[in-house]
Amino acid sequence: MSSPPVTVYVPCDAAARSVGADEVAAALDREAATAGREVRVVRTGSRGLLWLEPLVEVATPDGRHAYGPVGPSDVPGLVGAGLLDGAAHPLGLGPADELPWLRDQTRLAFTRVGVVDPLSVEDFLAHGGLSGLRRALAMAPADVVAEVTASGLRGRGGAGFPAGVKWRTVLESAGSPRFVCCNADEGDSGTFADRMLMEGDPFALIEGMLIAGHAVGAGEGFVYVRSEYPDAIRTLSAAVAAAYAEGWLGGDALGPARPFDLEVRVGAGAYICGEETSMLESLEGRRAVVRAKPPVPAVAGLFGRPTVVNNVLTLVSVPPVLAQGAPAYQALGVHRSRGTQVFQLGGNVARGGIVEVPFGITVRELVDGFGGGTASGRPVRAVQVGGPLGSYLPEALLDLPMDYEALAAVGAMLGHGGVVVFDDTVDMAAQARFAMEFCAEESCGKCTPCRVGSVRGVEVIDRIVAARTDDERDAGLVLLESLCDVMVGGSLCAMGSLTPQPVRSALTHFPEDFDGPRTTP
Amino acid sequence: MSEPDRARARKPVTTQMTATDAGAPEHGWVPRVRAIVAEHQHRRGPLLPVLHAVQAEFGYLPAEAVPVVADALNLTRADVHGVVTFYRDFRRSAPGRTVVRICRAEACQAVGARALVSEAEDVLGIPMGGTTADGAVTLGEVFCLGNCALGPSVQVGDRLVGRVDRARLRALLDDVAPGATR
Repeated sequence: MSSPPVTVYVPCDAAARSVGADEVAAALDREAATAGREVRVVRTGSRGLLWLEPLVEVATPDGRHAYGPVGPSDVPGLVGAGLLDGAAHPLGLGPADELPWLRDQTRLAFTRVGVVDPLSVEDFLAHGGLSGLRRALAMAPADVVAEVTASGLRGRGGAGFPAGVKWRTVLESAGSPRFVCCNADEGDSGTFADRMLMEGDPFALIEGMLIAGHAVGAGEGFVYVRSEYPDAIRTLSAAVAAAYAEGWLGGDALGPARPFDLEVRVGAGAYICGEETSMLESLEGRRAVVRAKPPVPAVAGLFGRPTVVNNVLTLVSVPPVLAQGAPAYQALGVHRSRGTQVFQLGGNVARGGIVEVPFGITVRELVDGFGGGTASGRPVRAVQVGGPLGSYLPEALLDLPMDYEALAAVGAMLGHGGVVVFDDTVDMAAQARFAMEFCAEESCGKCTPCRVGSVRGVEVIDRIVAARTDDERDAGLVLLESLCDVMVGGSLCAMGSLTPQPVRSALTHFPEDFDGPRTTP
Repeated sequence: MSEPDRARARKPVTTQMTATDAGAPEHGWVPRVRAIVAEHQHRRGPLLPVLHAVQAEFGYLPAEAVPVVADALNLTRADVHGVVTFYRDFRRSAPGRTVVRICRAEACQAVGARALVSEAEDVLGIPMGGTTADGAVTLGEVFCLGNCALGPSVQVGDRLVGRVDRARLRALLDDVAPGATR
C-alpha cells in the first residue's frame, strides 16, 4: 500500500464503551479496509468530554483532529468524507488540543488521560512518565515528604487532610512492614475520576504509589478497586503486570534491593470501603466495619502497621508535584486549597465530564460554563456537591468558590469533587429520603445512630411529607433535626455523621418540597 | 506472632468441621474450592480474593463452601459467614443467567433512574432482587457505576450501557430474556 497507515484514536474508557465506542472502532477498521486505506486504531482513555463520546481523533500532519459524538452508523459517511485525512464534517470538532473545554483546563493529574494508549510503556515515558519518581529517588525520603507538604496537596478522597503531614506520620512511626494503600473504592454517585484515571493512565497511579513507598519506607502496596469497575480492574491489573516486566515494580523497584510490590484488590460492593479504616478491614479479609480512631492508619493501619492511605487522585497528583517542584503546584489554587482539583460533572447536565482546574472556580462556572446547564434544558434547581453525603446547593449558592473552607462555611463539602445537577422537576423530599435510605443500606452497622438512625430517618421523612396538619409536620421536623444531631455527634465515621448534610440542606433550601399533600394539588 | 507474620504462616487446623461433616454432597467442588484457596493463600488477608474466585467459578457461594474455606484459611465458619453476608457482591444462591443491574444513585436519579426501575419490574414481572421464573434474568440495583455523565446507566452482565431510556431498557431485557418480557 502506498500511503502509510493513519492512526485513529478511539477511547476504550468504560463511559465511551457504554455508548458504543467498541462498535465505532470495529466500524472504522471495516470502512477503512473497504476504502483501501490502512489504519491503526489506538484505544486510549477518554479526554473527559463525555457528552461527545464516542469521540474519535485522527492523527494529521497538524495534530489530532476530533470528531464526535460518532455512532457506528456515522462511520461510513465520515470515512467517505475524508475523516482519515482530517477533513471537515458536521461532526468535526477541529484540532483536539484546541477544544475550548480542554483549553480552559489545567490538566496535571489527567495530563495523559485520553492522549496515550493506557498500557503503552513507550507512550507513558514519552509523555513525562517516571520523571517525578526519578527525582524522588534522588532525594532522601524526608525531603520527598517535605516537598509534598510544601506543595499544599490535600487528600482528594474527601477529607482534605494534608498528604505530606500524613506521610510524615508514617515515616516517623515505628514498625515494619509498612504499606501504601490506594483507596480506589470510588463509590460516591457523581464521581468517576478514579475510574477514568485507572482506565486511561494506570502507570501514573503506580508511579505515585512508588513515590509514596520511597517517601515512607514502604515495600508493599495495595490498590483497592471497587468491583463495579471491571474495566478499571482489567486495565490496572495489566499495567501492574507490565510494570513488573519493566522492573518498575518488584525486587529493585526503589533502588538495588529496595523492593516495592503492588497488588490490585477487588472490593465486593460495599460503599463503606471508601472510608479508610473499613477498607483496611476489607483488605485484611474481614467485614468492612469501621475502626475507631485513634490510632490513625498512619500509625497503626493495615495489619496494625504504619500505612499510607490515599485516594487515586491524591497519588496521581504526586508525580507532577515532584517533577515540577512544590512551588509550581502551590502556585495554583486559593487559600488553603492548593493545586488543581478534578471536578466531575454528572447527572442532568448538558456537557458532563472531567474538568481539572485550579481550586477557586465557582459551582456556577462549572455547571453553566463547562456544563452548559441541564441536559433537559429546564432550569437548574439543585446541585449536589461531594457525593451522596454532600449538600444540595440551591441556585442562590452557586457562586460559591470550590475551596474546602468556603464550602465548609455553608455546611457543604467538596468531597471527591463530584458535581451532580438536577433540574426543576426534582423532588427534594425524595432526595432527602434517599440519603437516609442509602445510609441504611450502606451503614456498616457499628454505630447505632447510623445503623438505626437512618432507618428512623426514612420513616420520619415519610411522616413529614404525609402530614395532614402543620402541627404534625412540625413535630416531624423537630424529630428529624434531633435525629440528625444524634447522627452527627454519635457516629464514628463520615457515613453516619455526614448523611444529615444532604438531608438538612434539602430542608433548609427547599422547605416547600416537604409540605406534602396540604399544598400539592 | 504479629499479624503480618501470621498471615504468612498459617498452621493447618484439623479440628474444624469439614465439608463432608456438614452434609455436603460428594461433588468435585470440594477439592476445587481447596485448590482455589491454595492459589490465593500466599496473599495477605486472602479471604475476599478467595470468595471472589469461588463465586467466579460456581456463580455463587454455596453454603457448603463456607466450612471448606474456613478450614483451609484457619478461620472460623462464623468469620467466613460474616464476610459472605456483609458484602453485596457475594451471593448465596445461583442468580439468573444474566444479572441486570440498574443504577439507583443520585446522578442517574437526576435523569430518570426511578422510572427505569419501575419499568424493569413491570416488564419482567419481578421485584428488585428477584429472578424471572425461567431463570433468565436476575434484576438488581447498584449504587453508581461511574458513568454519571451518561446516565441512566444499566449493567448487563459485565457490560455497561449508558443513556438508557425506557425503549432501550426494553430492548436490553428482550435480548437477555426473550419471552420473559411482558
